[in-house]
Amino acid sequence: MFESLQTGLYGLTSGVSYLFTQGGPNVIMLLIAATLLYLGVKKEVEPLLLVPIGFGCLLVNIPLSDLMESGGLLRILYDMGIANEVFPLLIFVGIGAMIDFGSLLENPKMLLFGAAGQFGIFFTLLLALALGFPQLEAVSIAVIGACDGPTAIYVASQYAPQLLAPISVAAYSYMALVPIIQPPIMRLLTTPAERVIKMAPIKRSVSPQTKLLFPIVVTLVTGLLAPKGLPLMGTIMLGNFMRESGVVARLTKASENEIANIVTLFLGLAIGGTMEGHAFLKPETLAIFGMGFIAICMDTVAGVVFGKIVCKLTGGKVNPLIGAAGISAFPMAARVVQVQGQLYDKKNHLLMHAAGVNTGGQIGSVVAAAVMLSVLKGMGLI
Amino acid sequence: MDNAKWTFGLTMMIVGMGGTFLTLWILSLVMDLLKKVFPLAAKAAGPEKK
Repeated sequence: MFESLQTGLYGLTSGVSYLFTQGGPNVIMLLIAATLLYLGVKKEVEPLLLVPIGFGCLLVNIPLSDLMESGGLLRILYDMGIANEVFPLLIFVGIGAMIDFGSLLENPKMLLFGAAGQFGIFFTLLLALALGFPQLEAVSIAVIGACDGPTAIYVASQYAPQLLAPISVAAYSYMALVPIIQPPIMRLLTTPAERVIKMAPIKRSVSPQTKLLFPIVVTLVTGLLAPKGLPLMGTIMLGNFMRESGVVARLTKASENEIANIVTLFLGLAIGGTMEGHAFLKPETLAIFGMGFIAICMDTVAGVVFGKIVCKLTGGKVNPLIGAAGISAFPMAARVVQVQGQLYDKKNHLLMHAAGVNTGGQIGSVVAAAVMLSVLKGMGLI
Repeated sequence: MDNAKWTFGLTMMIVGMGGTFLTLWILSLVMDLLKKVFPLAAKAAGPEKK
Protein backbone atom coordinates (compact mmCIF):
# COMPACT_ATOMS: atom_id res chain seq x y z
CA MET A 1 0.00 0.00 0.00
CA PHE A 2 2.75 2.44 1.04
CA GLU A 3 4.77 1.54 -2.03
CA SER A 4 1.76 2.17 -4.25
CA LEU A 5 1.23 5.61 -2.67
CA GLN A 6 4.92 6.38 -3.13
CA THR A 7 4.93 5.54 -6.87
CA GLY A 8 1.68 7.46 -7.35
CA LEU A 9 3.21 10.53 -5.70
CA TYR A 10 6.34 10.10 -7.80
CA GLY A 11 4.16 10.44 -10.90
CA LEU A 12 2.94 13.79 -9.60
CA THR A 13 6.35 15.14 -8.60
CA SER A 14 8.60 13.75 -11.33
CA GLY A 15 8.12 16.79 -13.59
CA VAL A 16 9.03 19.24 -10.82
CA SER A 17 12.00 17.17 -9.65
CA TYR A 18 13.26 16.88 -13.25
CA LEU A 19 13.01 20.65 -13.64
CA PHE A 20 15.09 21.25 -10.50
CA THR A 21 17.68 18.52 -11.11
CA GLN A 22 18.37 18.53 -14.86
CA GLY A 23 15.92 21.03 -16.31
CA GLY A 24 18.31 23.96 -16.90
CA PRO A 25 17.70 24.04 -20.69
CA ASN A 26 13.95 23.69 -20.11
CA VAL A 27 13.92 26.73 -17.83
CA ILE A 28 15.80 28.80 -20.41
CA MET A 29 13.41 27.67 -23.14
CA LEU A 30 10.40 28.48 -20.96
CA LEU A 31 11.82 32.00 -20.61
CA ILE A 32 12.26 32.16 -24.41
CA ALA A 33 8.65 30.99 -24.81
CA ALA A 34 7.55 33.76 -22.43
CA THR A 35 9.54 36.28 -24.49
CA LEU A 36 7.91 35.11 -27.73
CA LEU A 37 4.46 35.32 -26.17
CA TYR A 38 5.26 38.78 -24.77
CA LEU A 39 6.45 39.99 -28.20
CA GLY A 40 3.38 38.53 -29.88
CA VAL A 41 0.77 39.70 -27.36
CA LYS A 42 2.13 42.96 -25.96
CA LYS A 43 4.23 44.24 -28.86
CA GLU A 44 2.12 42.64 -31.59
CA VAL A 45 5.23 41.35 -33.41
CA GLU A 46 3.81 38.88 -35.96
CA PRO A 47 1.27 37.69 -33.34
CA LEU A 48 -0.37 35.16 -35.66
CA LEU A 49 2.88 33.20 -35.72
CA LEU A 50 4.68 34.14 -32.51
CA VAL A 51 1.74 33.28 -30.23
CA PRO A 52 1.36 29.65 -31.43
CA ILE A 53 5.16 29.27 -31.75
CA GLY A 54 5.62 30.61 -28.21
CA PHE A 55 2.92 28.34 -26.83
CA GLY A 56 4.27 25.32 -28.69
CA CYS A 57 7.70 26.10 -27.22
CA LEU A 58 6.14 26.33 -23.75
CA LEU A 59 4.34 22.99 -24.16
CA VAL A 60 7.34 21.06 -25.44
CA ASN A 61 9.65 22.31 -22.70
CA ILE A 62 7.49 21.26 -19.78
CA PRO A 63 9.54 18.31 -18.51
CA LEU A 64 8.33 14.81 -19.42
CA SER A 65 5.41 16.15 -21.46
CA ASP A 66 6.39 13.92 -24.41
CA LEU A 67 4.46 16.10 -26.85
CA MET A 68 7.13 15.70 -29.53
CA GLU A 69 7.49 11.96 -28.99
CA SER A 70 5.81 9.54 -31.37
CA GLY A 71 2.04 9.92 -30.96
CA GLY A 72 2.34 13.25 -29.14
CA LEU A 73 0.16 16.17 -30.29
CA LEU A 74 2.99 18.35 -31.58
CA ARG A 75 4.71 15.41 -33.32
CA ILE A 76 1.44 14.60 -35.10
CA LEU A 77 1.14 18.21 -36.29
CA TYR A 78 4.80 18.23 -37.36
CA ASP A 79 4.48 15.01 -39.35
CA MET A 80 1.15 16.13 -40.78
CA GLY A 81 2.35 19.31 -42.42
CA ILE A 82 5.97 20.28 -41.84
CA ALA A 83 7.88 17.05 -42.47
CA ASN A 84 6.13 16.83 -45.85
CA GLU A 85 6.12 20.65 -46.50
CA VAL A 86 2.35 20.84 -46.92
CA PHE A 87 1.70 23.63 -44.37
CA PRO A 88 3.90 26.34 -45.98
CA LEU A 89 2.43 25.49 -49.38
CA LEU A 90 -1.16 25.80 -48.11
CA ILE A 91 -0.22 29.18 -46.63
CA PHE A 92 1.08 30.18 -50.05
CA VAL A 93 -2.32 29.46 -51.61
CA GLY A 94 -3.78 31.93 -49.10
CA ILE A 95 -1.06 34.52 -49.78
CA GLY A 96 -1.72 34.26 -53.52
CA ALA A 97 -5.42 34.75 -52.88
CA MET A 98 -4.71 37.89 -50.84
CA ILE A 99 -2.27 39.68 -53.16
CA ASP A 100 -3.31 42.02 -55.95
CA PHE A 101 -0.47 42.03 -58.49
CA GLY A 102 -2.08 44.95 -60.34
CA SER A 103 0.48 47.53 -59.20
CA LEU A 104 3.30 45.29 -60.45
CA LEU A 105 1.57 44.65 -63.76
CA GLU A 106 1.28 48.42 -64.30
CA ASN A 107 5.08 48.54 -64.52
CA PRO A 108 6.53 45.02 -64.95
CA LYS A 109 10.14 46.30 -64.91
CA MET A 110 9.67 46.73 -61.15
CA LEU A 111 10.22 42.97 -60.98
CA LEU A 112 13.96 43.65 -61.36
CA PHE A 113 13.92 45.41 -57.98
CA GLY A 114 12.49 42.15 -56.64
CA ALA A 115 15.58 40.39 -57.96
CA ALA A 116 18.02 42.91 -56.45
CA GLY A 117 16.26 42.53 -53.10
CA GLN A 118 17.30 38.88 -52.92
CA PHE A 119 21.05 39.61 -52.80
CA GLY A 120 21.09 39.01 -49.05
CA ILE A 121 20.27 35.33 -49.67
CA PHE A 122 23.39 34.73 -51.71
CA PHE A 123 25.63 36.92 -49.53
CA THR A 124 24.47 35.01 -46.44
CA LEU A 125 25.07 31.70 -48.17
CA LEU A 126 28.75 32.63 -48.54
CA LEU A 127 28.83 33.79 -44.93
CA ALA A 128 27.28 30.56 -43.63
CA LEU A 129 29.75 28.49 -45.64
CA ALA A 130 32.62 30.59 -44.28
CA LEU A 131 31.37 29.91 -40.73
CA GLY A 132 31.60 26.18 -41.42
CA PHE A 133 27.98 25.19 -42.01
CA PRO A 134 27.55 22.29 -44.45
CA GLN A 135 26.20 23.19 -47.89
CA LEU A 136 22.51 22.36 -47.45
CA GLU A 137 22.37 23.93 -43.98
CA ALA A 138 24.00 27.06 -45.42
CA VAL A 139 21.38 27.20 -48.18
CA SER A 140 18.56 26.83 -45.63
CA ILE A 141 19.99 29.59 -43.43
CA ALA A 142 20.51 31.86 -46.45
CA VAL A 143 16.83 31.62 -47.37
CA ILE A 144 16.02 33.73 -44.27
CA GLY A 145 17.14 36.52 -46.65
CA ALA A 146 14.09 35.80 -48.79
CA CYS A 147 12.26 37.60 -45.96
CA ASP A 148 9.46 35.12 -46.51
CA GLY A 149 8.48 32.77 -43.68
CA PRO A 150 6.80 29.99 -45.68
CA THR A 151 9.71 29.83 -48.17
CA ALA A 152 12.24 29.61 -45.33
CA ILE A 153 10.20 26.84 -43.66
CA TYR A 154 9.75 24.98 -46.94
CA VAL A 155 13.49 24.90 -47.68
CA ALA A 156 14.63 24.28 -44.10
CA SER A 157 12.15 21.46 -43.48
CA GLN A 158 13.48 19.68 -46.57
CA TYR A 159 17.21 20.24 -46.30
CA ALA A 160 18.00 21.17 -42.69
CA PRO A 161 15.11 20.01 -40.46
CA GLN A 162 17.42 20.13 -37.44
CA LEU A 163 17.67 23.93 -37.94
CA LEU A 164 13.99 24.51 -38.66
CA ALA A 165 13.19 26.14 -35.30
CA PRO A 166 15.88 28.87 -35.28
CA ILE A 167 15.46 29.52 -39.03
CA SER A 168 11.70 29.97 -38.87
CA VAL A 169 11.76 32.03 -35.67
CA ALA A 170 14.51 34.25 -37.15
CA ALA A 171 12.64 34.61 -40.45
CA TYR A 172 9.39 35.72 -38.83
CA SER A 173 11.07 37.91 -36.20
CA TYR A 174 13.12 39.85 -38.74
CA MET A 175 10.13 40.21 -41.07
CA ALA A 176 8.35 41.94 -38.22
CA LEU A 177 11.41 44.13 -37.57
CA VAL A 178 11.60 45.41 -41.17
CA PRO A 179 10.26 48.88 -40.14
CA ILE A 180 13.14 49.15 -37.66
CA ILE A 181 15.93 47.54 -39.71
CA GLN A 182 15.39 49.27 -43.07
CA PRO A 183 15.12 53.04 -42.41
CA PRO A 184 18.70 53.64 -41.13
CA ILE A 185 20.10 51.77 -44.15
CA MET A 186 17.86 53.73 -46.53
CA ARG A 187 19.02 57.03 -45.02
CA LEU A 188 22.66 55.99 -45.04
CA LEU A 189 22.68 55.07 -48.72
CA THR A 190 20.67 57.94 -50.21
CA THR A 191 21.27 61.68 -50.50
CA PRO A 192 18.63 64.21 -49.38
CA ALA A 193 18.08 65.14 -53.05
CA GLU A 194 17.41 61.50 -54.00
CA ARG A 195 14.91 61.01 -51.16
CA VAL A 196 12.61 63.79 -52.43
CA ILE A 197 12.46 62.60 -56.05
CA LYS A 198 8.81 62.47 -57.10
CA MET A 199 7.83 59.64 -59.41
CA ALA A 200 5.23 59.99 -62.15
CA PRO A 201 1.77 58.81 -61.10
CA ILE A 202 0.84 55.31 -62.25
CA LYS A 203 -1.77 55.19 -65.01
CA ARG A 204 -4.26 52.33 -64.95
CA SER A 205 -3.31 50.14 -67.89
CA VAL A 206 -3.94 46.50 -66.95
CA SER A 207 -6.89 44.62 -68.40
CA PRO A 208 -8.77 41.90 -66.48
CA GLN A 209 -7.54 39.34 -69.07
CA THR A 210 -3.91 40.25 -68.30
CA LYS A 211 -4.52 39.87 -64.56
CA LEU A 212 -6.19 36.50 -65.15
CA LEU A 213 -3.44 35.15 -67.40
CA PHE A 214 -0.61 36.48 -65.22
CA PRO A 215 -0.63 33.60 -62.67
CA ILE A 216 -0.69 30.97 -65.43
CA VAL A 217 2.18 32.61 -67.32
CA VAL A 218 4.28 33.03 -64.16
CA THR A 219 3.70 29.38 -63.24
CA LEU A 220 4.73 28.21 -66.71
CA VAL A 221 7.82 30.41 -67.03
CA THR A 222 9.20 29.79 -63.54
CA GLY A 223 8.20 26.13 -63.67
CA LEU A 224 10.16 25.64 -66.88
CA LEU A 225 13.22 27.59 -65.71
CA ALA A 226 13.32 26.41 -62.09
CA PRO A 227 11.14 23.28 -61.75
CA LYS A 228 12.31 22.48 -58.20
CA GLY A 229 10.52 25.57 -56.97
CA LEU A 230 7.25 24.81 -58.71
CA PRO A 231 5.39 23.79 -55.52
CA LEU A 232 6.14 27.26 -54.09
CA MET A 233 5.26 29.29 -57.17
CA GLY A 234 2.44 26.96 -58.25
CA THR A 235 0.55 27.32 -54.98
CA ILE A 236 0.92 31.10 -54.72
CA MET A 237 -0.26 31.46 -58.32
CA LEU A 238 -3.14 29.01 -57.78
CA GLY A 239 -4.42 31.30 -55.03
CA ASN A 240 -4.00 34.34 -57.27
CA PHE A 241 -5.70 32.67 -60.23
CA MET A 242 -8.71 31.79 -58.07
CA ARG A 243 -8.84 35.43 -56.89
CA GLU A 244 -8.65 36.90 -60.40
CA SER A 245 -11.05 34.39 -61.97
CA GLY A 246 -13.81 35.61 -59.69
CA VAL A 247 -15.78 32.38 -60.12
CA VAL A 248 -14.60 30.53 -57.03
CA ALA A 249 -15.16 33.17 -54.40
CA ARG A 250 -15.85 30.53 -51.74
CA LEU A 251 -12.53 28.79 -52.39
CA THR A 252 -10.67 32.10 -52.50
CA LYS A 253 -12.18 33.23 -49.21
CA ALA A 254 -11.52 29.86 -47.59
CA SER A 255 -7.90 29.94 -48.78
CA GLU A 256 -7.20 33.41 -47.42
CA ASN A 257 -9.21 32.96 -44.22
CA GLU A 258 -10.17 29.56 -42.80
CA ILE A 259 -7.44 27.43 -44.40
CA ALA A 260 -4.70 30.01 -43.87
CA ASN A 261 -5.78 30.52 -40.25
CA ILE A 262 -5.98 26.83 -39.36
CA VAL A 263 -2.69 26.06 -41.07
CA THR A 264 -1.00 29.05 -39.41
CA LEU A 265 -2.09 27.74 -36.00
CA PHE A 266 -0.86 24.19 -36.70
CA LEU A 267 2.35 25.46 -38.31
CA GLY A 268 3.15 27.74 -35.38
CA LEU A 269 2.48 25.04 -32.79
CA ALA A 270 4.56 22.48 -34.68
CA ILE A 271 7.49 24.90 -35.08
CA GLY A 272 7.27 25.72 -31.37
CA GLY A 273 7.37 21.97 -30.80
CA THR A 274 10.79 21.79 -32.46
CA MET A 275 12.19 24.28 -29.92
CA GLU A 276 13.28 21.71 -27.36
CA GLY A 277 16.08 22.97 -25.14
CA HIS A 278 18.73 20.45 -26.11
CA ALA A 279 18.13 21.11 -29.82
CA PHE A 280 17.71 24.88 -29.68
CA LEU A 281 20.30 26.03 -27.14
CA LYS A 282 23.38 25.78 -29.31
CA PRO A 283 25.91 28.34 -30.55
CA GLU A 284 24.55 27.65 -34.07
CA THR A 285 21.23 29.23 -33.07
CA LEU A 286 22.92 32.55 -32.24
CA ALA A 287 24.91 32.35 -35.49
CA ILE A 288 21.67 31.79 -37.45
CA PHE A 289 20.01 34.80 -35.82
CA GLY A 290 23.08 36.92 -36.61
CA MET A 291 23.18 35.77 -40.23
CA GLY A 292 19.44 36.32 -40.65
CA PHE A 293 19.90 39.92 -39.56
CA ILE A 294 22.78 40.41 -41.99
CA ALA A 295 20.73 38.81 -44.79
CA ILE A 296 17.89 41.30 -44.42
CA CYS A 297 20.31 44.24 -44.13
CA MET A 298 22.06 43.14 -47.34
CA ASP A 299 18.71 42.75 -49.14
CA THR A 300 17.96 46.38 -48.27
CA VAL A 301 21.43 47.56 -49.25
CA ALA A 302 21.24 45.83 -52.64
CA GLY A 303 17.69 47.09 -53.28
CA VAL A 304 18.57 50.73 -52.53
CA VAL A 305 21.85 50.56 -54.50
CA PHE A 306 19.93 49.07 -57.44
CA GLY A 307 17.45 51.95 -57.04
CA LYS A 308 20.31 54.45 -57.23
CA ILE A 309 21.59 52.82 -60.44
CA VAL A 310 18.10 52.90 -62.00
CA CYS A 311 17.74 56.52 -60.83
CA LYS A 312 20.94 57.47 -62.70
CA LEU A 313 19.98 55.47 -65.81
CA THR A 314 16.53 57.08 -66.02
CA GLY A 315 17.81 60.60 -65.46
CA GLY A 316 16.40 60.90 -61.96
CA LYS A 317 12.89 59.60 -62.62
CA VAL A 318 13.05 56.84 -60.01
CA ASN A 319 13.32 57.45 -56.27
CA PRO A 320 16.00 55.02 -54.98
CA LEU A 321 14.09 54.54 -51.72
CA ILE A 322 11.63 52.24 -53.50
CA GLY A 323 14.47 49.70 -53.89
CA ALA A 324 14.10 48.86 -50.19
CA ALA A 325 10.66 47.40 -50.96
CA GLY A 326 12.19 44.71 -53.19
CA ILE A 327 11.93 42.19 -50.35
CA SER A 328 9.08 39.82 -49.67
CA ALA A 329 7.77 41.40 -46.46
CA PHE A 330 4.45 42.55 -47.90
CA PRO A 331 3.05 45.16 -47.44
CA MET A 332 5.35 46.25 -44.63
CA ALA A 333 8.33 47.17 -46.81
CA ALA A 334 6.15 49.28 -49.14
CA ARG A 335 4.77 51.16 -46.14
CA VAL A 336 8.31 51.79 -44.84
CA VAL A 337 9.21 53.38 -48.20
CA GLN A 338 6.09 55.58 -48.13
CA VAL A 339 6.80 56.73 -44.57
CA GLN A 340 10.47 57.45 -45.31
CA GLY A 341 9.61 59.36 -48.49
CA GLN A 342 7.09 61.51 -46.63
CA LEU A 343 9.58 62.31 -43.87
CA TYR A 344 11.44 64.48 -46.38
CA ASP A 345 8.50 65.69 -48.50
CA LYS A 346 4.98 65.31 -47.20
CA LYS A 347 3.57 65.55 -50.74
CA ASN A 348 5.70 62.69 -52.06
CA HIS A 349 3.52 59.60 -52.52
CA LEU A 350 5.67 56.56 -53.26
CA LEU A 351 3.23 53.93 -51.98
CA MET A 352 1.89 52.67 -55.32
CA HIS A 353 5.37 52.39 -56.83
CA ALA A 354 6.68 50.72 -53.68
CA ALA A 355 3.71 48.31 -53.68
CA GLY A 356 4.65 47.26 -57.22
CA VAL A 357 8.23 46.69 -56.15
CA ASN A 358 7.06 44.86 -53.02
CA THR A 359 4.86 42.41 -54.94
CA GLY A 360 7.85 42.00 -57.27
CA GLY A 361 9.85 41.11 -54.14
CA GLN A 362 7.22 38.54 -53.22
CA ILE A 363 7.67 36.84 -56.59
CA GLY A 364 11.44 37.48 -56.50
CA SER A 365 11.89 35.67 -53.19
CA VAL A 366 10.09 32.58 -54.45
CA VAL A 367 12.01 32.70 -57.75
CA ALA A 368 15.32 33.02 -55.89
CA ALA A 369 14.50 29.98 -53.74
CA ALA A 370 13.31 28.06 -56.80
CA VAL A 371 16.47 28.94 -58.74
CA MET A 372 18.65 27.91 -55.79
CA LEU A 373 16.90 24.54 -55.48
CA SER A 374 17.17 23.94 -59.21
CA VAL A 375 20.89 24.83 -59.19
CA LEU A 376 21.37 22.42 -56.27
CA LYS A 377 19.54 19.76 -58.23
CA GLY A 378 21.72 20.50 -61.26
CA MET A 379 24.84 20.12 -59.09
CA GLY A 380 23.53 16.77 -57.85
CA LEU A 381 23.35 17.92 -54.22
CA ILE A 382 19.64 17.21 -53.78
CA MET B 1 36.90 27.88 -46.15
CA ASP B 2 38.21 25.15 -48.46
CA ASN B 3 38.20 25.32 -52.24
CA ALA B 4 35.16 23.09 -52.72
CA LYS B 5 33.06 25.33 -50.47
CA TRP B 6 34.25 28.50 -52.24
CA THR B 7 33.44 26.93 -55.59
CA PHE B 8 29.99 25.93 -54.35
CA GLY B 9 29.29 29.32 -52.76
CA LEU B 10 30.43 31.38 -55.73
CA THR B 11 28.59 29.12 -58.18
CA MET B 12 25.40 29.53 -56.17
CA MET B 13 25.93 33.29 -56.00
CA ILE B 14 26.64 33.79 -59.71
CA VAL B 15 24.18 31.25 -61.14
CA GLY B 16 21.60 31.85 -58.39
CA MET B 17 21.61 35.65 -58.51
CA GLY B 18 22.01 35.64 -62.30
CA GLY B 19 19.23 33.07 -62.68
CA THR B 20 16.94 35.12 -60.44
CA PHE B 21 17.56 38.30 -62.48
CA LEU B 22 17.18 36.41 -65.77
CA THR B 23 13.93 34.69 -64.71
CA LEU B 24 12.39 37.92 -63.45
CA TRP B 25 13.54 39.85 -66.54
CA ILE B 26 11.90 37.23 -68.79
CA LEU B 27 8.77 37.44 -66.66
CA SER B 28 8.71 41.23 -67.03
CA LEU B 29 8.95 40.87 -70.82
CA VAL B 30 6.13 38.34 -70.84
CA MET B 31 4.03 40.65 -68.68
CA ASP B 32 4.66 43.54 -71.10
CA LEU B 33 3.65 41.25 -73.95
CA LEU B 34 0.45 40.25 -72.15
CA LYS B 35 -0.43 43.91 -71.68
CA LYS B 36 0.08 44.54 -75.39
CA VAL B 37 -1.98 41.52 -76.47
CA PHE B 38 -4.77 42.29 -74.00
CA PRO B 39 -4.85 46.07 -73.67
CA LEU B 40 -7.19 47.76 -71.26
CA ALA B 41 -10.34 48.38 -73.27
CA ALA B 42 -11.39 52.00 -73.60
CA LYS B 43 -14.65 52.75 -71.83
CA ALA B 44 -17.70 51.78 -73.87
CA ALA B 45 -17.88 54.05 -76.86
CA GLY B 46 -20.92 56.19 -77.35
CA PRO B 47 -22.17 59.68 -76.73
CA GLU B 48 -21.26 61.03 -73.34
CA LYS B 49 -24.17 61.75 -71.05
CA LYS B 50 -24.39 65.36 -70.00
